[in-house]
Amino acid sequence: MESKPHSENWPLWEVFIRARQGLDHKHAGSLYAADVQMAIENARDVYTRRNEGISIWVVESKNIHASNPEDAEEFFDPANDKVYRHPSFYHLPDQVKNI
Amino acid sequence: MLDHQVLFDQKIEQEIRIEPKDWMPDDYRKMLIRQMSQHAHSEIVGMLPEGNWITRAPSLRRKATLIAKVQDEAGHGLYLYSATETLGITREETIEQLHAGKAKYSSIFNYPTLTWADIGAIGWLVDGAAIMNQVPLCRASYGPYARAMIRICKEESFHQRQGFEILLNLSRGSEAQKQMCQDAINRWWWPSLMMFGPNDDASPNSQRSMQWKIKRFTNDELRQKFVDVCVEQVKTLEMQLPDPQIKWNEETEHYDFGEINWEEFYEVLKGNGPCNKERLDARRKAHENGAWVREAAAAHALKKENSFNNVMHGIQTA
Repeated sequence: MESKPHSENWPLWEVFIRARQGLDHKHAGSLYAADVQMAIENARDVYTRRNEGISIWVVESKNIHASNPEDAEEFFDPANDKVYRHPSFYHLPDQVKNI
Repeated sequence: MLDHQVLFDQKIEQEIRIEPKDWMPDDYRKMLIRQMSQHAHSEIVGMLPEGNWITRAPSLRRKATLIAKVQDEAGHGLYLYSATETLGITREETIEQLHAGKAKYSSIFNYPTLTWADIGAIGWLVDGAAIMNQVPLCRASYGPYARAMIRICKEESFHQRQGFEILLNLSRGSEAQKQMCQDAINRWWWPSLMMFGPNDDASPNSQRSMQWKIKRFTNDELRQKFVDVCVEQVKTLEMQLPDPQIKWNEETEHYDFGEINWEEFYEVLKGNGPCNKERLDARRKAHENGAWVREAAAAHALKKENSFNNVMHGIQTA
């Protein structure tokens, strides 16, 4: 039987690592693996060889949906004219403390 | 709306990283695919000359170190293959290009590792040269490449230090060990200098790469830095670099050094080095021999998925 190239039947996974208790899981990279167990074990071997993590998430890459960079300008535009959402927008006299 | 090219040029100018889905010129994409896949191949092929010594490492400490180092190289290859794939080429295509002899990898790995001292010389000189090349790549304009390089550079430092330590031990050993140490330095010095690529005037891609801020320094600039560092480091080893023309230059405040044998460089690049055929054969064989493992893992995953679906189906209909 002719062997198929592996990524045709092994899905691609995105790997997220929590470095320490109290921190978010952060995207570390990606890898191919046949199933979730292999993905987690390979992620451990590839991305945490030097104690970089205490917890791993893997997500099949096909399940991640992204905003389109081409539309970024319009898409994020609603936040551009709302300076009143920031504390520095409000002017208070200096004698007001702890605020 | 601004023209794509203008936006791209602005980002490069302002040191804003280019990310996978952003518009980029075709030639930029091509240059990155070529450079990054070559880089990935180099990590993977680079496991071979060192893997060759794992079973013969002189102590358990050295063996554990060497296994860890070779495992790192595999990881580095993976980071880089993944980063390359973000440019729209598949893993199979890049690996196929390597196995077909179409893609290059660093010529240094076409030299044989004849003695244990070679493992030391590779760590000190080959990884040293690689670090010199790679540190500026942490600021490469393409985001995934820069991020992969940051990870790699963090891990690479131990590689160089363990190599220097091997040579240092040999240099303080018996007469035979000292000779072995010097012999390894003699054989690896010039090929290490070749790792920086052709002289600037013979490197047509360099200028483009620097305009796009993929590269930050020219081949000759990096080579000079490397020579300057090594000339000092070799003193601690009480060994010689095999180049009688190495001499401090008051004017340039750098060490002058002799001419590289470019004929040898191009011969090895063309495939006529001592181990080119052996390295590619080993990669192809590993890939072919691993085919059943990849198939078995995929079959196992499918079977598990099916039985899970059957169970779920059973629950729903029960």
